[in-house]
Amino acid sequence: MTAAVGLLRRHTLLRSLTIVAAVGLLLWLLTLGLSDYRNEQLARGAYYFAALAGLTVLAGLSGQISLGHGALMAVGAYTAALLIGREGWPVSLALAASVVTTGVVGIPVGIAASRLRGPYLAGATLALAVGLPSLADQYPSLLGGENGLTVNPPIPPSWLGSSFSLSRWEAWVAVLGALLVLFVLYNILHSGSGRSLRAVRDDEIAASLCGLRISRTQATAFVLSAACAGLGGGLLAAVVEQLAAKGAFGIQLSLYLLAGVVIGGLGSLGGAFWGAALLVLLPNWTNDLASSFSLSTNVSNNLPLAIYGLILIGLVLLWPSGIQGGIRAGRRSVSARRAHRRTPSSAA
Amino acid sequence: MTKFIDLTLSGISSGAVDAAVALALVLIWRATRIVNFAQGAMLMITTYIASAIISSTGSYVLGLLVALACGLVMGAVVERILVRPVEGASPLNAVILTLGLYTVLVAVAGMIWGNSPRSFPAAFSLRGYKVGSTRLLFTPNDTFIVLTVVGVALLLGVMFRATSLGLRMRASAFAPEVARLLGVRVGRMLTVGWALAAAAGALAGVLVAPSVFLGPNSFDAILISGFVAAVLGGLDSPPGAVVGGLLLGLALSYVSGYEGSALVPMAALVILVVVLMVRPGGLFSTQQERRV
Repeated sequence: MTAAVGLLRRHTLLRSLTIVAAVGLLLWLLTLGLSDYRNEQLARGAYYFAALAGLTVLAGLSGQISLGHGALMAVGAYTAALLIGREGWPVSLALAASVVTTGVVGIPVGIAASRLRGPYLAGATLALAVGLPSLADQYPSLLGGENGLTVNPPIPPSWLGSSFSLSRWEAWVAVLGALLVLFVLYNILHSGSGRSLRAVRDDEIAASLCGLRISRTQATAFVLSAACAGLGGGLLAAVVEQLAAKGAFGIQLSLYLLAGVVIGGLGSLGGAFWGAALLVLLPNWTNDLASSFSLSTNVSNNLPLAIYGLILIGLVLLWPSGIQGGIRAGRRSVSARRAHRRTPSSAA
Repeated sequence: MTKFIDLTLSGISSGAVDAAVALALVLIWRATRIVNFAQGAMLMITTYIASAIISSTGSYVLGLLVALACGLVMGAVVERILVRPVEGASPLNAVILTLGLYTVLVAVAGMIWGNSPRSFPAAFSLRGYKVGSTRLLFTPNDTFIVLTVVGVALLLGVMFRATSLGLRMRASAFAPEVARLLGVRVGRMLTVGWALAAAAGALAGVLVAPSVFLGPNSFDAILISGFVAAVLGGLDSPPGAVVGGLLLGLALSYVSGYEGSALVPMAALVILVVVLMVRPGGLFSTQQERRV
């Protein structure tokens, strides 16, 4: 047992495979038991996770904040919708194309972002979030204007049987995408490039003295993060919602994503999980709340938004490290207490 | 040719509004080194209040004055309660805080007034001036907008240059420690800066509302162009903000007229990135360029 733990501790690849397999198995069992509605929610959480994981790695590792990830999700979504709808590509290839396209779009954005800091970067990416979706109005024949592009739902393969639930299949595909993101990002976080990213974040001058190329490191982080957002967007359009419409990718989505990563804690993949869960479940809870208190539709429609905003403000003022940071702090204090208990006994 | 003149004139008018928003952002940046991303939502709230006053009393002037007063109060309250704790902390905290405030205000507006945009009255006629037989796109209301913004900018300039309050505010912005040693109440000056900025924003909201309609998300684009205008002017100088606003208004008006209005936000983004790459200190920077 201890040998296995030691092995896992030493080998990142092995550890990440174990984590991915364990999470995957758990979610697979979960999809078998969940209702169609819950499976749909799981799928939604999976695409949020892909985008949030990319964003949190960017913010936590290279210290860059992006408010434009909603727009990058739009790039992935429209790519997948166009390729599936117009060209008849299979879903898997279209999703791969979403990742590549969004990554390519991320290159100029990342190069620009690597030269901007703090509020300037926030302002520029906010402009991207507002500006990019309006291109759908500029090219209505290609991008469908306000109504967007609809996509035919993915068909579960025939060997699963004809009565196999569509939402369970959607959940499988989306979760598979999220697990892929988890696997790739986990390995990068725990590799040399992850360490260079952290070095750049903590002290740019020291990092460049050590021979790291600051701009290139940050731009690469942005491209990676954009590719994750692209996969999230592709899953959203091609698998889960079957629609790519500009209304879904406005500034609100970027703010949701920001709320998600801040709530989870910047820079932690576990935090991205909490953020995704909250983004999916909160609208449900507020809807229940609104109907049990018979609030008006205006109030209930805007309640989730208000709560995200209050959480953002509250967390910055009171608990800047988010849920995962709180868990980590709790774990640290527990182990510290344990160590404290051990010391007197070893002294005796 | 008529089209070019029309676009130029409407560019000046929309540039004046951008300039007012840019002024609001610059005043706050000078005072606290924070970009107030909640500005668009704050001016949206004051514009809703103005709309309620105007429709119940029928007086445009009263509505405008109440909006300005509400802006002053809101700016002061926001600075005192929310922003004070993150001043001097990592810039990321301030960005997240102001975006959180934006989110809350948009949600509150949606709860109270609904999400569908409504019309907002203009101060003066929206029929263009007639020159010879052609009717220009420039209206008496546009004249009002331009004159008001220029007047406010001059007023602020006089306040900063010629009054003791302005001197104390400049001192707090440039050398807070020294100012404090000399007996200036720096904290209060920051509050005043936020209040004035929010009032300038409130003015911009009332001025632009007739053309964009009034909804919780109507002013997102204005916030972006105000930010771009402020960066054009260097983010530090009120006169720079006014000039930056006018230049940006003209540029975006040509883009909108010749290429299509859906490209305007992207054009603003391109201008922003180019300016930050080429002249990070703004178009008029003479001192050593700041690292952005």
